Amino acid sequence: MEAAVLDTLDPLIGALRERGYAVVGPMVRDGVIRFAELDSAADLPVGRADEQAPGVYRLHERGELVFGFAASPDSVKRWTHPPRSTLFRMRDGVPEPAAVRAPKVALLGVRACDLAALAVQDRVFLGGRHPDEAYRERRAALFLIAVTCAVPGGTCFCASTGTGPRADSGFDLALTELTGPHRFLVEPGGERGAELLAALPSRPAGDADLETARGVGAAAEARMGRHLDLGGVRERLAEGRESPVWNEIASRCLTCANCTMVCPTCFCVTVEDGTSLDDGTAERTERWDSCFTLEFTELGGAPVRSSGAARYRQWLTHKFSTWFDQFGTCGCVGCGRCVTWCPAGIDIIEELERLR
Amino acid sequence: MSKLAVWKLASCDGCQLTLLDCEDELLSVAARVEIAYFLEASSARGKGPYDLSLVEGSITTPDDLERIGHIRRVSRHLVTIGACATAGGVQALRNLADVREFASVVYARPDYIKTLDRSTPVSAHVPVDFELRGCPIDKRQLLEVIGAFLAGRRPVVPAHSVCVECKARGNPCVLVAHGTPCLGPVTQAGCGALCPAFNRGCFGCFGPMESPNAAALNALLRAAGMDDDALQRVYRTFNVTSFGGSSDA
Repeated sequence: MEAAVLDTLDPLIGALRERGYAVVGPMVRDGVIRFAELDSAADLPVGRADEQAPGVYRLHERGELVFGFAASPDSVKRWTHPPRSTLFRMRDGVPEPAAVRAPKVALLGVRACDLAALAVQDRVFLGGRHPDEAYRERRAALFLIAVTCAVPGGTCFCASTGTGPRADSGFDLALTELTGPHRFLVEPGGERGAELLAALPSRPAGDADLETARGVGAAAEARMGRHLDLGGVRERLAEGRESPVWNEIASRCLTCANCTMVCPTCFCVTVEDGTSLDDGTAERTERWDSCFTLEFTELGGAPVRSSGAARYRQWLTHKFSTWFDQFGTCGCVGCGRCVTWCPAGIDIIEELERLR
Repeated sequence: MSKLAVWKLASCDGCQLTLLDCEDELLSVAARVEIAYFLEASSARGKGPYDLSLVEGSITTPDDLERIGHIRRVSRHLVTIGACATAGGVQALRNLADVREFASVVYARPDYIKTLDRSTPVSAHVPVDFELRGCPIDKRQLLEVIGAFLAGRRPVVPAHSVCVECKARGNPCVLVAHGTPCLGPVTQAGCGALCPAFNRGCFGCFGPMESPNAAALNALLRAAGMDDDALQRVYRTFNVTSFGGSSDA
């Protein structure tokens, strides 16, 4: 099926709910646009825009767009790789695999950077010799509705990493919000999306709709908050191990791990073993961990990367240099979350420049 | 069956109440251990020695000093619970002032008061097997510590920042999104990021995380509107001594 035009998103949300999906999309919660379960299109943050800068996030009322804001602190990671999951239980010395929680979720309003991050995650979790079957199940249970970024944030740089602002693939449906009159261009990204779109009240997209949609992406590309020159970054980091810049960054770095928690590609976990007081069962749980915690690199009782400088260097070097060696791609998708949600406002783009 | 004892020194009772607050899990605890000595719950004084002693409160009197020696002698494992027992508590504010002056203002006959110049953590006086932080402690962590000691394993009590729990829980960062002063980045997790979940900044009641960079945080807190006096107050509320020089940074 070809592209179509929708006047409202309610039929889409309704059709997904009828098919058993919980529809999760952007909502205003405590002054932040978060991803939560939607009842109807009325829950969407119409006319709300975010201001994002290093260490600063504020919501304002601006315009009439439904998707007039940039990346939320929630990426797709929260659904594909949840903060905590049970791996197995042990009863009387016999392991019992834990059931994978993979609810059917339709994510509405996923950005191109998030889809790029999902492709990175696929390589990490499924590409190696030991694929993560729980990840595979959770990912298969997702229905992905992308949206073209119209208003990039002040910390966005997906145009530099080649991962946005328009989604090319990896979605079931892609929306572009158009104005004058207000409507959505919908493009199916596969059979599942085409089947759903065919069931919605829509009209065929005209050349003018397609042209206007291209303009939305092009305008967003021209309004990126940040620009990163990726040329030579991989080598620069590999050669910059002893740079004095690391210590200077460490003087500002809180080693709080916020950057890694909001990063859509950071995948590191630890496992915790618990014992029940009730029935003597034991349980192994996987939870998000970070290269910024000391326990993460504990070997023989002591951390290998004890200084903040060593931990920051590990993170940035992995993301932009050794990730290529390990997975054949860059680990960064230009979403800017680590810059916005760093309480200290450490800007990776500035730091990469200073490492020159 | 293992014997459990719960002791109290200078404290408010909130941490030992956490054990009673376990409600749903309390019967499981009682099924696994003999709660031999727990005056908050029962006037029975089961005889020692005890396999696990939970000690609440700081050392503030000569009597406390004697008691903690006794507690250590009758306990196979001694676990201190809460900011008082692990860091001296709110009452360690005396460490920065003259306690005799306080007594003269508060009591009609200050000469009746036998108190030490300083409020100190239990670990300053006897060997401690594990310190569980918080003001008060977290119920989930208390059950974890009891379970770990019964199973003979290391308790899973991470020393990283509150931020890790905050992000896992899906809280908005109150510092970044609201400009609310928050000690989360320098404070040890364990509470489940309780205050930020209600749009409050962290007050640091779990004490410093494993690698606190207070100087860096203080620069941000000053930018968020805290003056030196306010900074000093927030660091000196629950963990007067353990944040060390943070308040002066």
